[in-house]
Amino acid sequence: MLLLLAVTAPTALLFGFGGAIAARARVLPVRWLGRAYIAIVRGVPDIAFFLFFVIALDQGIEWVRHQALCPDWTLPVRQGSDFVVCAAAKMPSSNAPQWVHEVYGFAIAVVTFAIVFGAFAANVLHGAMMAVPRAQIETAEAYGMSRAQAFRRIVVPQMWVYALPGLSNLWMVLIKATPLLFLLGIEDVVYWARELGGTKTPQFTDYPHGDWRMWYFLALLVFYLGLTRVSEIALDRLMARLTFGQAVAR
Amino acid sequence: MSCWDTVQDYALRSIGIGERLLPRDDFTLCKQVVLIGSGMIWNVYFGVLALSMGFFLAVALAMGKAARRTVLRKPSEWFIFLFRGSPLFIQFFFAYFVFLSLKGRSAIFDPFTAAWAGALVVLFFNTAAYSGEIFYGALRAIPRGDMEAAEAYGLTGWTRFRRITFPTMLRLAWPAYTNEAIFLFHATTLVFFTGFPAWQQRGDALYYASYFADRTFNPFVPYPILALYFIGLTLCIAALFGKASRRLNRHLPAERRRKMSLRPNFLR
Repeated sequence: MLLLLAVTAPTALLFGFGGAIAARARVLPVRWLGRAYIAIVRGVPDIAFFLFFVIALDQGIEWVRHQALCPDWTLPVRQGSDFVVCAAAKMPSSNAPQWVHEVYGFAIAVVTFAIVFGAFAANVLHGAMMAVPRAQIETAEAYGMSRAQAFRRIVVPQMWVYALPGLSNLWMVLIKATPLLFLLGIEDVVYWARELGGTKTPQFTDYPHGDWRMWYFLALLVFYLGLTRVSEIALDRLMARLTFGQAVAR
Repeated sequence: MSCWDTVQDYALRSIGIGERLLPRDDFTLCKQVVLIGSGMIWNVYFGVLALSMGFFLAVALAMGKAARRTVLRKPSEWFIFLFRGSPLFIQFFFAYFVFLSLKGRSAIFDPFTAAWAGALVVLFFNTAAYSGEIFYGALRAIPRGDMEAAEAYGLTGWTRFRRITFPTMLRLAWPAYTNEAIFLFHATTLVFFTGFPAWQQRGDALYYASYFADRTFNPFVPYPILALYFIGLTLCIAALFGKASRRLNRHLPAERRRKMSLRPNFLR
């Protein structure tokens, strides 16, 4: 679960950066694409997105491989309630060892998280880019920088201060979204809390006990409280450091 | 079977009226739209009740957190921290198993192991904590001059709260509270994916959507239908709250009215 946090946060930031750039692009279709990405992901419950993307990504990849690897396959891919692709297009291939399947499932979960949280991050970064004082960009132009140069040298370094409150909020949300991993069929803490906590009778195990699931989830609850509290303090410190000497009203 | 028959069979399926069995084959578009729409009844039920009850607890929590007396302040602070600092998902699980073990002790807790009461309690506390924090922020942002003016008029205690503090707080908190309402409705989709069982397959919209996705192995139909329903619901809430906002701000000159903007907010 902590691995997921560590992997997803930068990926989501990357997605967000792309989305924010797209949303302020000068080419109209690209701008629409960026805006639509942000708007749709925000308007729909994210858990629906998690459930959707896991299957959609899986099928999408298999479909692309199917088109590429088996050009002479004549049957339709969707047969009634089945999704059939040729054996070579299976991803991961059916004879792969168990750990490959697990890693693949985990990777898809990460991409799904990144897509959803990327939209949130895109929104925050978009706002932050707009918040960089106009005079700064005008000064850059006066120095003869091109649009790209001004963006790279002036806007990006300065936007972080404006983005940080939103991003720290996002980080909290990301922490609180990690148990949803359970829904994506990955055996994470929630899964184990349910499995191990359930009533055990002496017939099946050496350590019989009653229904302990309540206590397992209490422990999880406390764990998450601690996690959010610690990151709250850390982010406050970071914010104080970043705004040091900056003319930002707080 | 025409589409109208399907509507008669499944439109109220989620509250147990109509056809008993869920469709097993021949998943037409009509069936999916009707059944997922039927599930929306539960989402609206949870959202509306939790929001309307949570509002009062939220105001109480905000007043408590802003109070000078430690006896009042600490419990509110802890309550808000507890529900805002932990994932709603885990809260659902925990609450379910707590109710399950309490059920053994006393029959009073029987309904709480079912989603309609148990999940409602969790959502109620959760939204109260989140909106309590919003109201607390608004309470701190009330202009000093307003309070001083109230004092100059000799308003104290309850009268001052009713006529100055509360309306101003509401007005300042409203845009953020609108977001909270929208995301509470989104959070209602979690209910049937945690411990709470969907008795006789009476589930919410996402429950049916994932049912269809599992059966047809095609996520590209049910989930977009669900998305459309939720976008519609979001627009309804935004319109309703916008109306309330206009009423709250009706005494202000037009250019001072802050434009209601739907800013990003996140799942919990």
